[in-house]
Amino acid sequence: MSNRFTWFNTTSLTLGFVFLYLPILILVFFSFNESRLVTVWGGFSTKWYAELFKDEAFLDAALVTLRVALVSATMATILGTLAAVVMVRAGRFRGRTLFSGMIYAPLVMPEVITGLSLLLLFVSMGIDRGFWTITMAHITFSMCYAAVVVSSRMVTFDSSLEEAATDLGCTPFQSFIKVTLPIMAPAIISAWLLSFTLSLDDLVIASFTSGPGATTLPMKIYSQVRLGVTPKINALSTILILIVTMGVITASILTKRTEARRKEDERMAES
Amino acid sequence: MDRKLGRFLLIGIPYFWLFLLFLVPFGIVLKISLSDVAVAIPPYTPTFDLDNGWEGIKAFVGNLDFENYVWLTEDDLYWSSYLSSLKIAFVSTVLSLLIGYPLAYSMAKAPSEWRPTLLMLIILPFWTSFLIRVYAWIGILKTEGLLNQLLMFVGVVDDPLHILNTDTAVYIGIVYSYLPFMVLPLYSALEKMDGSLLEAAQDLGCTAISAFWKVTLPLSIPGIIAGSFLVFIPAIGEFVIPDLLGGSDTKMIGKTLWVEFFSNRDWPVASAVAVLLLLLLIVPIVLFQKQQERAQEAEQ
Repeated sequence: MSNRFTWFNTTSLTLGFVFLYLPILILVFFSFNESRLVTVWGGFSTKWYAELFKDEAFLDAALVTLRVALVSATMATILGTLAAVVMVRAGRFRGRTLFSGMIYAPLVMPEVITGLSLLLLFVSMGIDRGFWTITMAHITFSMCYAAVVVSSRMVTFDSSLEEAATDLGCTPFQSFIKVTLPIMAPAIISAWLLSFTLSLDDLVIASFTSGPGATTLPMKIYSQVRLGVTPKINALSTILILIVTMGVITASILTKRTEARRKEDERMAES
Repeated sequence: MDRKLGRFLLIGIPYFWLFLLFLVPFGIVLKISLSDVAVAIPPYTPTFDLDNGWEGIKAFVGNLDFENYVWLTEDDLYWSSYLSSLKIAFVSTVLSLLIGYPLAYSMAKAPSEWRPTLLMLIILPFWTSFLIRVYAWIGILKTEGLLNQLLMFVGVVDDPLHILNTDTAVYIGIVYSYLPFMVLPLYSALEKMDGSLLEAAQDLGCTAISAFWKVTLPLSIPGIIAGSFLVFIPAIGEFVIPDLLGGSDTKMIGKTLWVEFFSNRDWPVASAVAVLLLLLLIVPIVLFQKQQERAQEAEQ
């Protein structure tokens, strides 16, 4: 089979990636626009970035979002890892079908339903809505994604390593901490990153479960966008895109390096 | 540590969390969908009153009825938003397939040292905020936006096209946001395809094009099905895209639920809409699950 770029492949790749990336590039481009209009070029300027950093409402929202994302990603990774261990290792127990159903269902659940149902729960329990209700909602849906990411790595895990640790005198708990966790670390880190991004992005569930005083960045962006397009939102979007892109590229370089080192180790062990 | 207790805690903690924050809320949605709207806090009646004991529970159950569901089936608005959600999700899925297939195909046929980079370029937009990606299209599709400026500059149209706030804009938004979900399963189906099959077909006298229709396409059907479900299912309940890109006549069920809840403050009707949306989704979700199981069995 020929593995060269044919004209057809080149054209469809080019068109496909232009479709995916051009809107984002245009968005970034117009964040440096002097003019208030986002679609007419009026000269280069960084004044929208300056205005953004002067706007306290945006800074507050960014802070709330960051706190929610940090707490919920950490909790979701812990609970998701536990859930993954249960799914892969616990064998049969009563209610297992319901358990895996509850892990997979939130992945396909429309956000409006998850948001509405959690809000109704908080209202009927008489909990004041705000930072903690958003965080709990985010933990709930992120932990399912985390569980799927961690369990898909755990199925390929060679349990004879754990058995060896137990034979050498570890308790099951110690062998889990000393052997299983370090091997699972890359999957756990990706689960955390995924949970963090999901929380950072969420508009719908946060809108349902938040209360007065807790506005997240997506909620702030959404209410601004409904009023009209402003270069300030472009500036904010550019910053967010830059952070995410750098994060993803760093993560993929790190994974590649660990992978390369692992292969090198294996080669050394074999020779 | 006591092993039995450890096992109990290990299963119990995530189980309890999901039970309390995922399953119980659905029970509450179901209950409130059978209640009546009221001017109160919370805005529905009857509320659960444990102080009156058994009599209170009887009165509570007696006050529940299917009124909201009757109301939903009688009002055209809800029927048309269910149907139009299905239509918009279906059209967007077909469009994503038409755009995603050549892209996935070309990625699978690219030199192998290029593939990880191409794959990352597909996944990268998925990590950037959904809201920002939808917002990016507003500036492009507006009446005085970039697309119209370009079209008028080239001379394709004389008057600006009205695209933003129409169903077309919603299709563009959904295809754009969910394209990675379509491309990834297609790519993994096409990439593991055995190239010698194509050579065999050509040796037996197929042209490249008929070999595609007779060999490549049938072998990629699991990818087509998986990708289509991954676009179709979330598109049905979508709220952000129809709200920001669609017009006032774009009816989608996620948007209807949002409006009932936030604008009309009718919690019981919003809950009934949620229950019906869930029923609408169960069929495609079960079909998808079945297909995934079959694909896994076929692989083993």
